[in-house]
Amino acid sequence: MSSTIVAMAHTADPGFVPPGIGDFNYPPIFPGTAVEWVTKPLLASVLAAVLVFVFFTVGARKRALVPGRFQFAVESTYTFIRNGVARDVIGHGFEKYVPFLVTVFAFIAVNNLFGIIPLIQFPTLARFGFPLMLAICSWLVYLGIGIRRAGFFGYFKSVMFPPGLPVFIYPLLAPIELLQVLVVRPFSLALRLTANMFAGHILLLLFTLGGTYMLTNENLVLKVLAPFSLAGAIGLTSFEAFIEVLQAYIFTLLTALYIAEAMSEEH
Amino acid sequence: MDPQKFTLAGPLVYAIAAVGPGIGIGLIFAAYVSGVARQPEANNILRPIAFLGFALVEILALIGLVFAFL
Repeated sequence: MSSTIVAMAHTADPGFVPPGIGDFNYPPIFPGTAVEWVTKPLLASVLAAVLVFVFFTVGARKRALVPGRFQFAVESTYTFIRNGVARDVIGHGFEKYVPFLVTVFAFIAVNNLFGIIPLIQFPTLARFGFPLMLAICSWLVYLGIGIRRAGFFGYFKSVMFPPGLPVFIYPLLAPIELLQVLVVRPFSLALRLTANMFAGHILLLLFTLGGTYMLTNENLVLKVLAPFSLAGAIGLTSFEAFIEVLQAYIFTLLTALYIAEAMSEEH
Repeated sequence: MDPQKFTLAGPLVYAIAAVGPGIGIGLIFAAYVSGVARQPEANNILRPIAFLGFALVEILALIGLVFAFL
């Protein structure tokens, strides 16, 4: 009896099921083995690391005076971050942090662009764990820079008690600033990246799944309207490409800003 | 949340959360555009500032998005 109900529930048309959080949970690739934790996002992030490594290693090998196409692509990526982010935001003494910023930018950009590359089509950083580790990396970097500059207590004193304010403000300001530096910054970095990629992926899923559902429906009106949904998906794909690179830029920009703030003497 | 169940509460949370950041991002880019229109050579100085403000405002809408799915 119960099995027939289950069978009926499966055969009955459940209507359109909107994409949700469940679409971000991938099953293990090797179930039942010791490497059960290997999933598609994990492999994609490893592939991204390899791609970034190959891109910069091969591009920097020749170092021709007149660059070819590939070398030009590598050099303009590097120059964009070096001049547009590191030099303009950090200012004096920025050279030390250029490699970190370029690596972060390239890794995030490649991982995000996986969201629209066929066969992968999953933005790895939509899983909260990946951007959280990246945010912790930049958290450690800016805390390390600040502590090395002013010492442990000196740094936190300069964060919590910026000079030049009336005394009665400090009880209010000090906990907020401490929370800001220790918790809010890494979490907002990670959350911004995750939520952007998550929302973009959901949007693409909604348009493509919805378009497919409308196309396969018997209703003629839905069939006629389906191409618009699919065309919307194509348009949104290029919009996503823009958002994905923009988010990588914003992550790098904010990291550079936090580094600059930790480096400066005044708060 | 049950992934199969679709309620209107989540979308409404995000809809309300998107109002303020929508206005804020509009103001930021309006100021950026008029700044560049007045002084095109200031584009490189204004761009990081504009995107910084954009990122700080956008996070509010994104927190709303996360709460919509919780």
